[in-house]
This record gives sequence, C-alpha cells and structure tokens, in this order.
Amino acid sequence: MIDVIDHLVGIEPDSPLDRLREQRPDAREHAQRGFDALLTPDVPGAVSLVERDAVAAFVTGLHSDPRTARFYADRLAELAPELLGAVRLEIEAGSTTGPYGTYPADGPLAAESDEGLRYRTRQPEALGTRLAAAFEHAHLLVFRPREAGPKDLRALADAGWSDTAIVTLSQLVAFLSFQIRVVAGLRLLGAAQKETTS
Amino acid sequence: MTGSTTDQLGFTTDQLGWAPWLTPPAEHELTEAHREALVDASRAASPYFRLLARDPDILHARTKTDNDIFYNTKGGLPRPERELAATATSRRNGCVFCASVHARFAAHYSKRPDDVRRLLDEGVAAPQEGRWRAVIDASVALAATPSEFGAEHIEALRAAGLDDLAISDTIHAAAFFNWANRLMLSLGEPTSDRKAH
Repeated sequence: MIDVIDHLVGIEPDSPLDRLREQRPDAREHAQRGFDALLTPDVPGAVSLVERDAVAAFVTGLHSDPRTARFYADRLAELAPELLGAVRLEIEAGSTTGPYGTYPADGPLAAESDEGLRYRTRQPEALGTRLAAAFEHAHLLVFRPREAGPKDLRALADAGWSDTAIVTLSQLVAFLSFQIRVVAGLRLLGAAQKETTS
Repeated sequence: MTGSTTDQLGFTTDQLGWAPWLTPPAEHELTEAHREALVDASRAASPYFRLLARDPDILHARTKTDNDIFYNTKGGLPRPERELAATATSRRNGCVFCASVHARFAAHYSKRPDDVRRLLDEGVAAPQEGRWRAVIDASVALAATPSEFGAEHIEALRAAGLDDLAISDTIHAAAFFNWANRLMLSLGEPTSDRKAH
C-alpha cells in the first residue's frame, strides 16, 4: 500500500526505503492515519474540509518543497479552486526562513531573540475572517512558534474558532511540519542509497 | 492562568509543569473515545493530553506515531540519541518544556549529563563529540523552514557509524519534535511549579 509519505518521497514497493519504513510499522501506519484524521475526516466537525485543505496548501507552500506543495495545492484545487489564487498570493507574502522569534526581553533567553517577518494576510477579504485568522496563526506556528501566546488564541476565538477547532488547526499545522520533514529527509536518504549502490 | 511566572524560564532539566491556555475537558468528562485516544490511561491526569483529546483521532495517531519512533528499539538509532534529536530540535525551536523532558531522558540513557547540559545552556552550536555532533546538526537542519537538511548531513551521520535505519530514526525523531514543539508552545506554557499538575 502506497501511503501519502511514500507518494511524496517517491518510494516504490519493496525498495530499500520501503523496507526501512516497514521496520517502524506503527509510525508508518499512524502517520497516514494522522493525515486521514486531519485531511479526510469522516466528520469534519469544527473545521471544514475547505479550511483544512486551504491551511495545508498554505503551510506546505511556505516550506518550498515543490512536490509536497503541489500535492496539497491540487487537493485545494479540487475542493475550492476559487481559493487557489488567494492562497498563492499569501504564500508569496509569507515566505521567509525560520525558525525565529523573540524571547521575553527580561528573561534568560533574551540574547537569543531573532526578529523576522510578522506576517499579516495580504488579502484577508479574499480568504474570509476565519481563514485569514487561521493563516496568520499557521504562519506563527511554522516560523516563530516560540512567540505563541494566549492573545493568539484569542485572535482565533474572535474570528469564530472554537476551542476544539483551535486544537484541530494546531494539530494540522504541527502534523504537516512533521510530515514535510519526514518526506524531505527520506527523499535525501533514498538519493544517498542510490549513490552508494550505483 | 495558573502557575508561577513563566517569562523568566530558561532551558533546564528541572521538572516543569505545563498550563493550558484553553480549557481541557475535566477527567470525569472524558468519554470512551477520549480515553482511547489517550492510548495510555494515566495520561488522563495531564491537562495537555486532555486538551488534545478534544480531537481524539489525531491525538491517537500522534501518540502511536510518537511511541514507535521513540520506543521501538528493534535496531536503528540507540534510545539516547533519539532523545538527543528531540532535545536538539526543542532547543532550536525554543520549546523549554519539551527540552526539559527530553534532556532528562537523554542524560539518563546516555549517562552524559554534562554534554546535555551544555546543549541546553549554550545552545545547538555548543561543542559536542562526533556522533552527537552529527545527530544535533541533522536535527537543527531539519528544524529549519524550508528544510536545510542535505546530503552532507546524511554523510556525517554515516561517518559517525549510523546505518540507514538509524539515519531514518534520526529523521523521524527530529521531525516528530517539530510536531510536538508546535503544540506545546502554542496551546499553553511551562510553569516552574510542577505540583500544580
């Protein structure tokens, strides 16, 4: 069974990477179940499918991995093609390098504070209130998670996000941060394996 | 908001508490679905896991993924280095709480508390010997957005004696903490008063 990580890495059945992943069967199975729970839930509940796909397209776009970004953009294109242009514009507006962020000025980590882009949506009206708030929160989690605070959760609540919806949104961004890195890492490991055997 | 002031916390191996910014379900409010999602029944006592139980399916997947990456010791990367990858990732991302937990594990399993302490006190660039250097550098490169992980990191891990399963374990352990750190950092905060929890 090819799962999403296999697809994004380009893992063929019975290849060295396939056999490697099989040695951590629970991690393999549940990384896929995590994708299923977040992107194709039976009951979307507090976060709509369009919101899930739009946030995923935005977050993966910020990571500049073309294959992964295209996979999630294609999902959004299928569900809500009218949002694609707006999401692309926001990816462009939000692209930078991280992690960065400030620590409390009077605390022991102040010397490690590292300023960077404080993204605000460029076209909030194209996204709508809820999605615009979600994008700003997603950008915070992707690039400067150390700065997250109660006020950021209040901003989501003000935009109509319930506590349960905030948990799902946070899990979505955090899960993608994991999936993207597994894919990037395994792809390089696969390339290194090919070099060794050729 | 509970607990003592957290603005002053630096990286530490002390036991910390964690206080949520959203209200988790109370223990007596947990349904069968919530409890199943917790995987380990004792986690019902944790406000962090009870808060995540608001979305049971992804909590369940998160926990099963976590457990296999860190506790499946059939070959691959030794446990201390998996904890090292978790600690280095948390140090880089700025997750004081996650770093405290996994620094304690790394120090315990490796019996190298001084090296762990140096990683916390001076940061990911502090001097470390070969194998630890390679695991920390790989973790830090993977923590970057976009990823800065490259063929040179795989070469360094191989040169340090890691086989491909161990390299895959390093990638997974570091990648997983990019998941865990973002939840811990954005849904609540560490407290120096662990008795509250």
